[in-house]
Amino acid sequence: MKRTAFAAVSSIALIASSAAFAEPQAEVLHWWTSGGEAKSVAVLQKEFADNGGTWTDMPVAGGGGDAAMSALRARVLSGNAPTAVQLKGPAIQEWYEEGVLANISAVAEAEGWADVLPASIAGHMKCEGEWCAAPVNVHRVDWIWANADVLEANGIAMPTTWDEFNAAAAKLQAAGVIPLAHGGQAWQDATVFEAVALGILGAEGFHKAFVELDEATLTSDAMVAVFDQMRKMRGYVDANFSGRDWNLATAMVMNGEAAFQIMGDWAKGEFMAAGKVPGEDFLCASTPGDGFLYNVDSFAMFDVDGDDKKAGQDLLAKLIVGPSFQEVFNLNKGSIPARTDVALDKFDTCAHLSADDMKASSENGSLLPSYAHGMALRGAQSGAITDVVTAHFNSDMSSADAVAQLAQAVANSY
Amino acid sequence: MTEWLENQLPKMVLAPSFIAVLVFVYGFIGWTAWVSLTRSKLLPKYELKGFVQYDKLFASPRWDTAFGNLFTFGILFIVIAMVLGLVLAIMLDQKIRVEGAIRTIYLYPMALSMIVTGTAWKWILNPGLGIEATVRGWGFENFSFDWVVNPDFAIYTIVIAAVWQSSGFVMALFLAGLRSVDEEIIKAAQVDGIPTWRIYSSIIIPSMAPIFLSAFIVLAHLAIKSFDLVIALTGGGPGYSTDLPATYMYAMAFSRGDIGQAASSAMIMMAVVFTIVVPYLYSELRAKNHG
Amino acid sequence: MADLTYSHTPPKGSFGKLILRWILYILLALFALYYLMPLFVMVTTSLKSLEEIRTGSLIALPREITFDAWKTAWSGACTGIQCEGLQPYFWNSVLLAVPAVALSTLIGALNGYVIAQWQFRGANLIFSLMLFGCFIPFQVVLLPMARLLGMMGLAGSIPGLVFVHVIYGIGFTTLFFRNYYVSIPAELVKAAKVDGANFFRIFWSIFLPLSLPIIVVTVIWQFTQIWNDFLFGVSFSQAGTQPITVALNNIVNSTTGVKEYNVDMAAAIIAALPTLFVYVFAGKYFIRGLTAGSVKG
Repeated sequence: MKRTAFAAVSSIALIASSAAFAEPQAEVLHWWTSGGEAKSVAVLQKEFADNGGTWTDMPVAGGGGDAAMSALRARVLSGNAPTAVQLKGPAIQEWYEEGVLANISAVAEAEGWADVLPASIAGHMKCEGEWCAAPVNVHRVDWIWANADVLEANGIAMPTTWDEFNAAAAKLQAAGVIPLAHGGQAWQDATVFEAVALGILGAEGFHKAFVELDEATLTSDAMVAVFDQMRKMRGYVDANFSGRDWNLATAMVMNGEAAFQIMGDWAKGEFMAAGKVPGEDFLCASTPGDGFLYNVDSFAMFDVDGDDKKAGQDLLAKLIVGPSFQEVFNLNKGSIPARTDVALDKFDTCAHLSADDMKASSENGSLLPSYAHGMALRGAQSGAITDVVTAHFNSDMSSADAVAQLAQAVANSY
Repeated sequence: MTEWLENQLPKMVLAPSFIAVLVFVYGFIGWTAWVSLTRSKLLPKYELKGFVQYDKLFASPRWDTAFGNLFTFGILFIVIAMVLGLVLAIMLDQKIRVEGAIRTIYLYPMALSMIVTGTAWKWILNPGLGIEATVRGWGFENFSFDWVVNPDFAIYTIVIAAVWQSSGFVMALFLAGLRSVDEEIIKAAQVDGIPTWRIYSSIIIPSMAPIFLSAFIVLAHLAIKSFDLVIALTGGGPGYSTDLPATYMYAMAFSRGDIGQAASSAMIMMAVVFTIVVPYLYSELRAKNHG
Repeated sequence: MADLTYSHTPPKGSFGKLILRWILYILLALFALYYLMPLFVMVTTSLKSLEEIRTGSLIALPREITFDAWKTAWSGACTGIQCEGLQPYFWNSVLLAVPAVALSTLIGALNGYVIAQWQFRGANLIFSLMLFGCFIPFQVVLLPMARLLGMMGLAGSIPGLVFVHVIYGIGFTTLFFRNYYVSIPAELVKAAKVDGANFFRIFWSIFLPLSLPIIVVTVIWQFTQIWNDFLFGVSFSQAGTQPITVALNNIVNSTTGVKEYNVDMAAAIIAALPTLFVYVFAGKYFIRGLTAGSVKG
């Protein structure tokens, strides 16, 4: 009896000590290089270090990850993949199909992720049923932001339909205010487009068009109406919008030059960094239409050699979905936690609205992935759609032509 | 034995570089050609699927724009940079007092990375912030210079910034050429009473044919590589009106995970370069052999 | 070396001459304006505070000059989690650029020497094939090179980056040296051979001493290309071996958050200083080298 107990204890000690020898290591490729985001990622690094891990930072800024993706490709091809990479949406599954991702189901099950993450978000993190990525946050894309004073001065309420928006815009133009602050970059054009599309096509139509790529929906009259509205939106922006960065457009709303901006909730970070108070100085509402377009940032774990790196991946995954990181990161970034059981006391009113809407839309099936931010489609398809959207916005292409080009571009992108 | 070695030595010295070029330039071009015949998306696949990628390429309106821009931008850039370089060199050749300083001023732009000079140019060309705003501030209310936000004219702003960056180097090339023409010929022409401009156009410039080749190679190389410049200045916009094959290739390969498309666009681009550069090289090298 | 200056016939009449002279200087000054404008914007922006940039005009001189942006750019700007500015990456670029420039110059010199002075069948064909390599866009070679570097065990290291830059620099360096050496009379080589000198001896004792100007030209061109390269730098390095262009990109191209334009401009100028230094310092050799290099033959 004593001998078996002794054997049991010593074998446990052996296992424990050998596990302790695998000091978690992680080389992390990401593009969060600006002040606020970098601080948020530093929180993760600190937690990682507190738990005995060594974090090697590999930041590559630019283009929403383009430069990082080229570095990633080169690294993978040379057999030297980073431990964890900031990836999101179908790109995760695409990389999985190349056979280069690791399996973190053990951690996911131990931590009970399936219980605390909404179903559609959990879906993105899985590769053929196995967990392969850890979600960091949930950004809502279809927000409309407004300058409270300008709206009050012109007797305008936050529009709940696109017709109301058009009426408000006409009033604003008469008063000499730019109705819509916009930056002319392809992804911003796409953001406005999908907000408009959600409103006009509805949740089901949006899913058919931008997730299923159903040709009938893409060439329907409703789609023509979407482009008609985009043509109107083009008339509501100022002449110098081309190439403008999104944060400069937000500044236009802040200083009253423009009334509205359609942008994801990272815009909230800009407002708050300038000391504006939600509900008083600026207003947030969902763009006209029912539904919630989400953009979930996440880290995918790559297949690497070495116990220390594998331990690093497990630790990292655990910490990313852990409640403390979820709270701190999202407070800084303007998004809401992916984890549904985090207390939102410290979050502002817009975040609360977002969380409530996320819950409601998840229940009635209108929690949809954003196509403009790479959640709904693979790069080739979403890029093809964006090409048509931005060409239409920046020229006098007719809606009928745009719809025809849309269908053709999608067919051509496989 | 040693004599044989001695004879082969030059070839042996050249061999490593030649082999390196065969592998790393032509081998990789061959790899690209292979990939352009596959359906590679995120990472390369090697199953041949015919000319599918080329069909898609030629059906893409964005490629049409990019390809057309290559010629618009390329021709304008090379011609303007050469002319400007030549004019500046001729001016500097007139025994200017502060030649060294002025030469450095014209030459320095090449040292700056476009990642940030692109931003400076974006501001300067932006109607609300830069030249248009300033000139209007001086009282010329109707002055307009909004090319950079205009889809039809934005490509010309890229030419402006690209010429700024590279014409100084071309000027340096030409200045060296001007200075190396044989003095005797010039003096003889002057004694004969031929006017200065005639000396330039009939004697000096024709003797600089080799320099035109070097300048052309350098400029063509820069025109093809123009990637940072476009991204920093217009991001390919408005819409995709300032897209170039280099940016198209990059977008396909790295933003859209469509390496097959990227490869096919690269092959077309290199075919264009090949058809233009090779005849030029051939005629130039033949001339050199006879000279 | 040939004398670089010769005199022109002055236009008839000293008044006409004066007017033309004035026009010349005015034109030169106008062009100087075109070239200096962006630098002016960059320098003044780097000396302003963010407040002033937001509210002031582009062209205005700074109301209050502050060097904070420069300090931040060098040692405090965030390039990721670390906020140590450009300083840690500077040395990586030096370790990368110096060997790459030295090696590609040496190889180009030997190649140029062979092609120019040692006639053998196919020399010109080989030269043309190498020259065409100057045109290959780097995006094309990125992926196959990544695979090859991985196989060679050089992935993510500075020697790997040096290797890549040497390979793709050979085309240009060979071009410069070959054009230069072609103008050296063949009699020199013949005479040396008669005296019993061999291949390397001739190179070492005759050609190298004459090559200073073209060496400087090649060094300037290669240094500029290698120091300012971003694509290879970001793809073939990893944490710890990233060159300064990657850090500059991270400082400047962050997509969200406040854009500190003054820090961006200061960082860009700092990153360009070594190249600018090389230009200014070697400026006079540049012209002399090109004279004898690309023109003749």
